[in-house]
Amino acid sequence: MPAVRGDGMRGLAVFISDIRNCKSKEAEIKRINKELANIRSKFKGDKTLDGYQKKKYVCKLLFIFLLGHDIDFGHMEAVNLLSSNKYSEKQIGYLFISVLVNTNSDLIKLIIQSIKNDLASRNPIHVNLAMQCIANIGSKEMAEAFGYDIPKLLVSGDTMDVVKQSAALCLLRLFRTSQEIIPSGEWTSRIVHLLNDQHLGVVTAAASLIDALVKRNPDEYKGCISLAVSRLSRIVTASYTDLQDYTYYFVPAPWLSVKLLRLLQNYTPPDDPGVRGRLNECLETILNKAQEPPKSKKVQHSNAKNAVLFEAISLIIHNDRCIKLQDPRISLEHNFQNQNFPSVRGRKIREPQLLVRACNQLGQFLSNRETNLRYLALESMCSLATSELSHEAVKKHQEVVILSMKMEKDVSVRQQAVDLLYAMCDKSNAEEIVQEMLNYLETADYSIREEMVLKVAILAEKYATDYTWYVDVILNLIRIAGDYVSEEVWYRVIQIVINRDDVQGYAAKTVFEALQAPACHENMVKVGGYILGEFGNLIAGDQRSAPIVQFQLLHSKYHLCSPMTRALLLSTYVKFVNLFPEVKSVVQDVFRQHSNLRSADAELQQRASEYLQLSIIASTDVLATVLEEMPSFPERESSILAVLKKKKPGRVPENEIRASAAASANASTNHQNDHSTSGSAPAAAASVTNNSMSADLLGLSTPSAPSNTGVLVDVLGDIYGGSPSANAASTQQNNYNPKKFVCKNNGVLFENDLIQIGVKCEFRQNLGRLALFYGNKTSFPLQNFSATIQSPSDWVNKLNIQVKPVDMLLEAGAQIQQMVNAECVDDYTDTPTMNVTFLYNNVPQKLKMKLPLTINKFFEPTEMNGESFFARWKNLGGSISNPQKSQKIFRAAQPMDLVATRTKVLGFGMQLLDGIDPNPDNFVCAGIIHTRTHQIGCLLRLEPNKQAQMYRLTVRSSKESVSQEVCELLADQF
Amino acid sequence: MMQFMLLFSRQGKLRLQKWYVAHPDKVKKKITRELITTILSRKPKMCSFLEWKDLKVVYKRYASLYFCCAIEQNDNELLTLEIIHRYVELLDKYFGSVCELDIIFNFEKAYFILDELLLGGEIQGTSKKNVLKAIAAQDLLQEEETPQGFFEDHGLG
Repeated sequence: MPAVRGDGMRGLAVFISDIRNCKSKEAEIKRINKELANIRSKFKGDKTLDGYQKKKYVCKLLFIFLLGHDIDFGHMEAVNLLSSNKYSEKQIGYLFISVLVNTNSDLIKLIIQSIKNDLASRNPIHVNLAMQCIANIGSKEMAEAFGYDIPKLLVSGDTMDVVKQSAALCLLRLFRTSQEIIPSGEWTSRIVHLLNDQHLGVVTAAASLIDALVKRNPDEYKGCISLAVSRLSRIVTASYTDLQDYTYYFVPAPWLSVKLLRLLQNYTPPDDPGVRGRLNECLETILNKAQEPPKSKKVQHSNAKNAVLFEAISLIIHNDRCIKLQDPRISLEHNFQNQNFPSVRGRKIREPQLLVRACNQLGQFLSNRETNLRYLALESMCSLATSELSHEAVKKHQEVVILSMKMEKDVSVRQQAVDLLYAMCDKSNAEEIVQEMLNYLETADYSIREEMVLKVAILAEKYATDYTWYVDVILNLIRIAGDYVSEEVWYRVIQIVINRDDVQGYAAKTVFEALQAPACHENMVKVGGYILGEFGNLIAGDQRSAPIVQFQLLHSKYHLCSPMTRALLLSTYVKFVNLFPEVKSVVQDVFRQHSNLRSADAELQQRASEYLQLSIIASTDVLATVLEEMPSFPERESSILAVLKKKKPGRVPENEIRASAAASANASTNHQNDHSTSGSAPAAAASVTNNSMSADLLGLSTPSAPSNTGVLVDVLGDIYGGSPSANAASTQQNNYNPKKFVCKNNGVLFENDLIQIGVKCEFRQNLGRLALFYGNKTSFPLQNFSATIQSPSDWVNKLNIQVKPVDMLLEAGAQIQQMVNAECVDDYTDTPTMNVTFLYNNVPQKLKMKLPLTINKFFEPTEMNGESFFARWKNLGGSISNPQKSQKIFRAAQPMDLVATRTKVLGFGMQLLDGIDPNPDNFVCAGIIHTRTHQIGCLLRLEPNKQAQMYRLTVRSSKESVSQEVCELLADQF
Repeated sequence: MMQFMLLFSRQGKLRLQKWYVAHPDKVKKKITRELITTILSRKPKMCSFLEWKDLKVVYKRYASLYFCCAIEQNDNELLTLEIIHRYVELLDKYFGSVCELDIIFNFEKAYFILDELLLGGEIQGTSKKNVLKAIAAQDLLQEEETPQGFFEDHGLG
């Protein structure tokens, strides 16, 4: 038993020795219980205990508590000790209360008086003891009880320095619980002036307090800027002997320096040129010192010095960002290659130069011997990489960072390297970084795999210029790390493939090949099943991937899969019945199998029996409608990003120069919605199936294009409402392509760095309703927001448009909705323009966009047989001059893919009539345009010629102007 | 602001815990368990910083004891390492070449010293001399009191 210092409590030491000598856990518990019983009887006994005994027993209880046992008595004895006139007893009482009392305990009321007494003591040791206790508990009651005393102690002239220093921190603690505790007015300047105090301990404590106060009310404490700068300047220019005991291993006042540098990060760079110059000098000095030879070989010296350096770099990055926000020209006027920095009033601006130096300094640290410094350098570089100017400079270190990811011995450093690679990724290096991350993933630590998978998926999507590359990357992810590929990731690849017709054939081919691997991950089966079910027809021409081969390949995996995957595959199979009539009987056999039709899993059983009946009863037309290709998903932010943010709550999304707050705000709903839609996308199809099937059995079927009736739109509708504010995920950045809305009703209408405008619309006869969603992508509010129709008078006799007003203010990251109602009065050409205006950082912004209100939106599809079609066709084109007919022959602007063409024709709004034109490649449609006063019948024929890569489009209607407009609109689509 | 500091042995026994934010005991125990396991599984020479939930964890081993602090995103990791070091220096000076046993048998002293160094999770005594002076003043107050306990413990009270 070692000697006990001071007034050692022998009984306590004996007890501790006993515990340490216990041979087993049981023995220890036995000894503890014996002691607890003993203490309890002492406390309950008739004999009053003296202070010493109380102290000893309370101490024993504390020790037992620290061993991990619950203590439910002794509190009263501890409270009694507080009022002891012996310091050692008082101190133990306070200790017990600090360690054991919870903030909401009733005891707090009892101790307040004792604390008050000690606070009023003339002995600073007692005062400090009381303040330590207040700070430790830091509850609302404490703030109420001492909200007056503590500030007074802090600024009073006759308070001793040691007390002042504790009072500053004690006040800070209370301020954190209850903000109203700090008095304003004259107090402000007195608190700020503590930065000028003689005693460095007081200044250090005050700097912590002021930092918190500034965060609440920056303007009120603005005065601290110049004081902080001059204090900092005095410290960095001091020699290490000047500050005596506040020098730590040859570094003058490192704690205070760091706090001042932190404090300044709450503000933009000082307005006063003198102060700003002095601050930049300080920062330069700190950077210079980093290059000097160390004054000591001790790690403490290097840690303290580099702590200040890292904080200085942080301030440099912060200042640089502020300057660019104030004056974006600065970032455009120069770059790292060209070091001619702009000047203000003849004086060179030094900030950009500082930034270059900071970046180089971090670059040096990347290959430092100390793991800690490499870790911190990677971390700091992450925030540099999000600044446009320094982004390029960070990219210079790409190779080193990739090496860190591969070679570092410590997983937390590798993790930082992955984070940095993610942050520094852009269009130019995405392929390389994604490839390196994929390579590393094969051997990566389990703890970081899931996050890496998310990051790779996000980068691949965000920077894909060629979506075949994206598909390859995701399939590789599943191959390499299938277990870590979450639902969000594979839902997303399906959404993208469905929305992009240029990649569907490639995706089908690639999944088909991937599925041929003898062992493939279940997630691959899910993706493969879904994609082949939608687009298997695109590769069916090749004998090696003939329909039956596709089917057999998928079905060979069926029995190895979970019920959820099986359910998905059943949907794929029924889609095959529609796509490939020749496999119908084989598929039906599978549905009929005992294990499916009578499956213990209700979902499988239901799907098998419904799909079976559907395939037996329904005509090919009905099948084709019910099992039609899935409509496009509304474009929106990838839910993967939301998952990533959830995983890293403490971190800002790094690969986002302007953080998309909208995404995180919607993160949870997004996630849920995703689950309910994408997860059950096959189920959604199934529910549509059910509707149509029952309708058909009743003989009331009016098959119609889903985009206009809105069945599917409704099913997917609520996800759209959830978050149309997309960005990272949206396939086009900065996009505005009104043409694409001729054939679709939902999607992103306009997008740039500041705003995203999504639209969702519905039409019924001559009425239409649009919901416009404005999403603020910035971290600043958009002010004076307004969205109105340009020259509405032009439209009076054509379209009756009502625009609901919107809020003037669009908060950072928020989204607002605007409703627009439209009534088609008479036929018209073109489409109305919407003017959107707002202030971003007080800079007015103006956008113009065409609303998706082209005349074809008011089409009602019309079903008719061949006979009546031809009769009308002749009728409309009857006269020699053909006034009602419009025809266009044009070259295909996009690859001629008949499936894609079909999708567009369907989306155009007319009824697509199959089996009327003798040439199956031709499209024939019929529809009626509804206006308020009359209806205009319209027929259309589109003849693709693959050899010539040409189309011929003929439109006949009862009105010439309509024929022309319809012809113009549709011809523009191919 | 520092959220908590834990001292534990290589065997995973908790020796000291100081919480600057209020948590129910259950949560404290859970956090402690998780962190001890995480840190003990790390190899020497690995970096001293960890991302942990939304906090940063800074730890360092001195002989048989691990010192571990959880700080917030805004706090400086390197200086937190030096807070730990400063604390070790203070213990060393006070006990005279401190060892784990000193901290076990004099845990209350270890607390008193820590309270002089940190208050409400912020560094208070950046001057070593001043902290030692404050501790010495406390001890002086005690010594002025009658060593009553000596007699009591020997059954002479």
